[in-house]
Amino acid sequence: MVENRPWLTVVSHLVLIVGIAIVVLPLWVALVASTHTGRDLLSAPIPMWFGSHGVDNYRQMLTSGMEHVSGQPLTLMLFNSLVMALSIAIGKIVISLTAAFAICYFRFPLRMTCFWIIFITLMLPVEVRILPTYEVIANVFTPLTRLLELFGFEGDEIVIAGLSIRLDFSMLDSYTGLTLPLIASATATFLFRQFFLTVPDELTEAARIDGAGPMKFFRDILLPLSRTNIAALFVILFIYGWNQYLWPLLITTDPSYVTVVMGIQRMVNVADTEPQWHLVMTAAVLAMLPPVLVVIGMQRLFVKGLVETEK
Amino acid sequence: MIKRVTFRHKWLPYALLAPQLLITLVFFIWPASQALYQSVLRQDAFGLRTEFIGFENFADLFADPTYLSSFHITLVFCLAVASISLGFALMLAVMADRVIKGATTYKTLLIWPYAVAPAIAGVLWYFMFNPSIGINAWILRTVFGYDWNHTLDGGDALLLVIIAAAWKQVSYNFLFFLAGLQAIPRSLIEAAAIDGASPLKRFWTIVFPLLSPTTFFLLVVNVVYAFFDTFGTIHATTNGGPAGATNTLVYKVFNDGFIGLDLGGSAAQSVILMIIVVSLTVVQFRYIERRVEY
Repeated sequence: MVENRPWLTVVSHLVLIVGIAIVVLPLWVALVASTHTGRDLLSAPIPMWFGSHGVDNYRQMLTSGMEHVSGQPLTLMLFNSLVMALSIAIGKIVISLTAAFAICYFRFPLRMTCFWIIFITLMLPVEVRILPTYEVIANVFTPLTRLLELFGFEGDEIVIAGLSIRLDFSMLDSYTGLTLPLIASATATFLFRQFFLTVPDELTEAARIDGAGPMKFFRDILLPLSRTNIAALFVILFIYGWNQYLWPLLITTDPSYVTVVMGIQRMVNVADTEPQWHLVMTAAVLAMLPPVLVVIGMQRLFVKGLVETEK
Repeated sequence: MIKRVTFRHKWLPYALLAPQLLITLVFFIWPASQALYQSVLRQDAFGLRTEFIGFENFADLFADPTYLSSFHITLVFCLAVASISLGFALMLAVMADRVIKGATTYKTLLIWPYAVAPAIAGVLWYFMFNPSIGINAWILRTVFGYDWNHTLDGGDALLLVIIAAAWKQVSYNFLFFLAGLQAIPRSLIEAAAIDGASPLKRFWTIVFPLLSPTTFFLLVVNVVYAFFDTFGTIHATTNGGPAGATNTLVYKVFNDGFIGLDLGGSAAQSVILMIIVVSLTVVQFRYIERRVEY
């Protein structure tokens, strides 16, 4: 503080408290609504203090879900979200680490081409290529068969050494389809590349003199050094994966692959009737809980990850 | 770009790059090139015949009043989301930078909305503004006499998604503003205080100009966020309606292509979106290079 102005300090605290009240209000309303029965929420003004049906609501949503909307229990949706968030976070980190290692520590033909191909993904979010990506997911071999057609091969079967392989593999309604297309990441590759460039060359020289090969150097020196970066990135990517919406919406029709963030939309958009708000808010609270706990519990790593991925 | 000391290996670097490159080629480059290709074609309803029609799909788009209105809505939406969340976050960050007691608690209470999915944020505000039972709608009706109804009134619906989208982005902006404020040398502010400048004058003549790199960076990030990441907010609440009042460009691509199955038109819209992303990315990168000098 530069000078002592007591009234200004009071104003600062007041503004902060009002600001936080505005920011926290939706969470408060959701928490309160999730502890009431549907009947309590039929007319305005709705209660602003907790009711007594919290346990029932949470138990119902976790074990049986909402009846008229596919009736999937939330435990399943939460599990799907967890699988998706973890696979995306781990997958992105693994393939970005290896890619950044190759780009920084090797001289090879087409190095810059590879770098630019990865860089371009930054400019192609799912939102701008919805339909063609869906086609690829419906049959992953689409690009290959189209290219073969160009060279005069027709049909979707190829015969290698007497074995006929059908080029038809759909990733719709599967965990692979939910995660694999999202794990290519320019941001994570850049982050690791940036970090590798700051690792002293003397370490590499020392490792080489001691006779360590590239993979040994990667495993025993580079990976331990990147530990904090990996953890910070993991926090950000976990949230990213958990909060995916458009992608699961496009490629899942089977209710048993619905993720929680996207499942809520089905509970809200019910035809002709008011949604069952007490249950919707229960689901919303459960869907928010894991990523919010990650952010609050790992605040330092989260801030580090946020600042570094934007560099 | 590359380390001074490198390893030598014939195939290892390719093997290390292969997973990333394969996924990029199959799920990014190929679909994007297909979008480019389909945007100059017309396919009949059964997908039996396709013909090359050049830029006709694009011409159709720009002659289509719903597309132009979607462009207009997206601009209003982006600017509103960016200015509301930036303004609110800057105010809170300036205050949080001043206080000493409780600073960490304030920070923790302000950053958690970042973790809330855009779709969930939409649902939370949808509930608060629900015309019959929502607490905000009730306050508007009883205190201000305004009959809020986002299911019928397009303006209300747009405002609803703007508020939900801006709310989620406040924590992100707050963190970056706070970091920016803490990086300003105290000596400058102290010197101005000694010369008798009031806190408000110090803010506008010293703090705000020195903060402009952060502000500009955040502006770009916020516009990108409002453009692309708010699909969930809109889809889970207003579904683009009422009467297309919240039909942003990204929502329209989804709706025309995936629901309406208009291949060429959706591809042409995708291409226009790609051009927008590319230009935003270029702005962001050119700017970041300058920030290093700053």
